[in-house]
Amino acid sequence: MRRFFSALLAVLFVYIIFQFIQVLPDYGKVDLSKRVSERFVLKNVSEENGKVVFGKSRNLEDGSANIVTSVVVNYRSFDTLGEVTVLFVSALGVGLYLGGFKKLSCKIRVNNILHIGGGIVFPLIMLFGAYIFTHGHLTPGGGFPGGTVIAVSVLLLYISDEKFTVSREKSKLLEGTMGSLYVIVGILGLMIGGFFLFNFMPTGTVGKFFSSGVIPIVYSIIGLKVGSELSGIVTDLFMEEGWK
Amino acid sequence: MIYTFAILLMGIGMYGLISQKNLFKQLISLTIVDTAVNIFIIAVGYVEEGKAPIYFKGAVDSSVRFVDPLPQALVLTAIVIGLGILALGAVLLIKINEKHGNLDVEKMRGVEE
Repeated sequence: MRRFFSALLAVLFVYIIFQFIQVLPDYGKVDLSKRVSERFVLKNVSEENGKVVFGKSRNLEDGSANIVTSVVVNYRSFDTLGEVTVLFVSALGVGLYLGGFKKLSCKIRVNNILHIGGGIVFPLIMLFGAYIFTHGHLTPGGGFPGGTVIAVSVLLLYISDEKFTVSREKSKLLEGTMGSLYVIVGILGLMIGGFFLFNFMPTGTVGKFFSSGVIPIVYSIIGLKVGSELSGIVTDLFMEEGWK
Repeated sequence: MIYTFAILLMGIGMYGLISQKNLFKQLISLTIVDTAVNIFIIAVGYVEEGKAPIYFKGAVDSSVRFVDPLPQALVLTAIVIGLGILALGAVLLIKINEKHGNLDVEKMRGVEE
């Protein structure tokens, strides 16, 4: 009986949503020129620019080649600050509930190949994560995927090495420093440009590594912060009860 | 087509959320709804034969059709927040299981009717 009523409710929900999406344009038939996104694509939100040419256009209001990155870190950076705060609060909650100090002992002995291979692969994965978050303005990726890759390398070390642990004080210190640096970048923008998180550095040429002002800096900050936060969550899940 | 798929997935998640008594299954249903909403938002921004919104060599804005970048940026936010919710929810379930011995809402120990 309960299953019948829940199925009825779910069908009703689906029906109502179907009524709502009738106002949307058909799939794939979107006209970008009627949406605000066209201004993000052409980089003329606050000033006219003309055409954007890869490798030639200089000193636009936002010099990032990856438009998603320019939306996330430049135009809607305040939103990203809130998102990072949400992630911080959830990592804090995980740490509060699972605050152990002894590592869970694995019943199975770690194979030698996994132990040595993990040690070899770990710095390469870490380097790949750093590459992803420093090139967020040129290629797909950015701070969040890069930070996740770094956390995955930490997880690999947890699996392959029985004695390995991340110092919780150091990871919290890195996380807090990076969070404060993000706010400091925002306040610098407020002092120099008049807006919170204003892009106050020269934006350079589209497509060059040293371009688009504060975007690579902010994305590196986010990458380190997300990496240390997710490593903290992994550490908490691997720790047993028992306070020091 | 993609709209229909995403909304049906939302319906499946809603059904699981209402009908299941096991809290872990409810958490998984919540994740299914989360994923369905992400698929739906991405689909809203799709332009036919559109490229990924990244300027590349030889790209001039009038010659290349990009898909809408704004939904992708919003979904990037939503994925990270979904991850945070999933981690926190799983940890709460671990604690509930330690205290009450079961994740089924009808079989928990020490819970008054």
